[in-house]
Amino acid sequence: MNAVQSKADEILSEAAAVRWEAGPNFHDSLMETIYTDASQVADRAVSRTGEQPRFDLDRTIDRLLTSRWFGFPMMLFILTVVFWLTIEGANLPSSMLATLLIDNLHTTLKAGSADLGIPWWIDGFILDGLYLSAAWVIAVMLPPMAIFFPIFTLLEDFGYLPRVAFNLDNLFRKSGAHGKQALTMTMGFGCNAAAIVATRVIDSPRERLIAIITNNFALCNGRWPTQILVASIFIGGLAPAHLAGLVSAAAVVSIAVLGVVLTFVVSWTLSHTILKGEASAFSLELPPYRPPRVLRTIYTSMIDRTLIVLWRAVVFAIPAGAVIWLSSNIQVGGLSLAEHFIDFTNPFGLLLGLNGVILLAYVVAIPANEIVVPTILMLTVLSAKMAGLGDGAGVMFEPDESTTAAVFAAGGWTLLTAVNLMLFSLIHNPCSTTIYTIWKETRSAKWTTISALLPVGMGFVVCFVVAQVWRLLT
Amino acid sequence: MATETAAEGCEACPAHHAGNLIKLGVNMANWDYVVALAGNPNTGKSTVFNALTGLRQHTGNWPGKTVVRAEGGFSYNDGRYKLVDLPGTYSLLSTSLDEEVARDFILFGQPDVTVIVVDATRLERNLNLVIQVLEITDRAVVCLNLIDEAKRHGLQVDDRRLARDLGVPVVPTAARQDEGIPLLIETMSQVATGEVVCKPHRLQNETSAMRQAIGRLVDKIESVFPDLPNARWVALRLLDGDKRIVEAVRTGELGDLSRGMASGQEFMSEVAK
Repeated sequence: MNAVQSKADEILSEAAAVRWEAGPNFHDSLMETIYTDASQVADRAVSRTGEQPRFDLDRTIDRLLTSRWFGFPMMLFILTVVFWLTIEGANLPSSMLATLLIDNLHTTLKAGSADLGIPWWIDGFILDGLYLSAAWVIAVMLPPMAIFFPIFTLLEDFGYLPRVAFNLDNLFRKSGAHGKQALTMTMGFGCNAAAIVATRVIDSPRERLIAIITNNFALCNGRWPTQILVASIFIGGLAPAHLAGLVSAAAVVSIAVLGVVLTFVVSWTLSHTILKGEASAFSLELPPYRPPRVLRTIYTSMIDRTLIVLWRAVVFAIPAGAVIWLSSNIQVGGLSLAEHFIDFTNPFGLLLGLNGVILLAYVVAIPANEIVVPTILMLTVLSAKMAGLGDGAGVMFEPDESTTAAVFAAGGWTLLTAVNLMLFSLIHNPCSTTIYTIWKETRSAKWTTISALLPVGMGFVVCFVVAQVWRLLT
Repeated sequence: MATETAAEGCEACPAHHAGNLIKLGVNMANWDYVVALAGNPNTGKSTVFNALTGLRQHTGNWPGKTVVRAEGGFSYNDGRYKLVDLPGTYSLLSTSLDEEVARDFILFGQPDVTVIVVDATRLERNLNLVIQVLEITDRAVVCLNLIDEAKRHGLQVDDRRLARDLGVPVVPTAARQDEGIPLLIETMSQVATGEVVCKPHRLQNETSAMRQAIGRLVDKIESVFPDLPNARWVALRLLDGDKRIVEAVRTGELGDLSRGMASGQEFMSEVAK
């Protein structure tokens, strides 16, 4: 050990001595040398053939997409079109899947198990709990994801994301955050956990923490279905039929935009309170536009994103289905566990413009945000004691919009409940995978706790304020 | 016989061997060679990675997409290769996390060959990184990617001239179209097996004060660690006051390098989080 130590000291002291001779700005001279060498080698190797093309397509597109005036409207327009395509396109395949998996297959399985004389609790636990929750998640999530992810990936391949970052950079800087946060936020629209890993591109720990804490305000794909479903039932339902899709898409976009606004507000607040500091500069490269390789992109985004995300959702939905079924069927003092919880939290929920059912659903759905809506539907049926819907307590049933609307009506839902559900779905704690990722990245219990509790606290406050104002006005 | 000559002719041709490429995905126990993929952000490293391993590491047209190391494998000409996709960086000098991941791997992971993917349309900026990588390792291949885009922009890159100036093989590719990938595999395997020996570029525009200082320190380092493969680079980093390298000298980690202890496999198991 000592030998190693002395050898090391020998080298280090020599380095210290020599550094004086090498000149005061060794780092700068070194960089300069590297740059000079690079430019000499490049000069010798590269030549231009012919004249510069007179019309530069990339420049022209950039001038439009990153324009001071058109940049933001173009962004909103592109987002709206993407969601409109998703909502309109997913309707038919969703209901077909529901018919297949829930109406037909589930009924057949139930009939089969009745014929075999399987006891009600085994059959209920497996078919009404485990199977139905998985089937529900597939029917609701697969079609929108199969449309949304390929379109989003095509935009990414084309080179649009860095332009979004460019447009937002100034706002991020003004909120005291790093401009690259625009990139990680955009990734958060896909998956918050993946985006949190991606914050590694941000060098400064302060700015990286801001990016991690606020990433939850980027609506992730687990929450898109909730937003899309609630928006199409309540908000699309207010509009004439031919506009319903567009109006719902606009509602979803507003929630997404609100998320972006909250990202700025919270970043600003953090960087002026517990994470004080100056925003550091960075250079953002706008890569050339590349024609996307359409077929390959569609294939890989189907396999890598859609199926993997779907698989994760199913894996989480199955145990959640079990929990729901059990909590609805285990009775204590004449009421099921779920009903006890709902009755207990209902006053608090109503104060927030939500209800006990929604709060319980969020507790059940901590592992995966995807299953919030199915849980709410099931629990609403249960607590409203609706006859003829679902085959008994704790059953998740089909996402048919008219039935869903009926369930909501029976549960005492109003437009306020819907709006607040959308708001709360945007502003609440990250899912357990994301929380775990935050811990892995920061290795800090303090910042993980803050990242988890800050949004849920804000969600309560926002919902409370909206509910009180709403009730004052109506 | 005529058939035999034809077969021999085929054996000598890289195209024949390209047919021997077996994409192994993540299944890569017992590799013979470790290949590192380095390069600036958004130059198509992940696309090259996918073309070689058959994996579908997500690619996207924006810088900074890969922030963690991705690993995959392929087998070629009876050799098993483990391919490591490093985060894209503009330099190896500063201290952000992604640069450190890339730098540490090239230095301590001691890959058998480092493939530096460069964007042919932005050669000068990309060469800054190439020059820094060549200071660390002798075994490198430059993958001159996006050559199709360069043509579209009216740029012509003389890859032979580039290879002569850099002292390492240069392979022009258009990875998105799979163009040039067979030649890239052939070349990287030649460097990995030692069939081709590189004489990499060394800095030429240093001031005389720098050159003397570096020379003195290199002598010192070489007298202490005679087998260290990149004493010159270590000297540069020490003069720059790089804390990570000072630490590596102090703990003897650098000494292990010279004894060949930090071989790729051990490094992996040690560093794997």
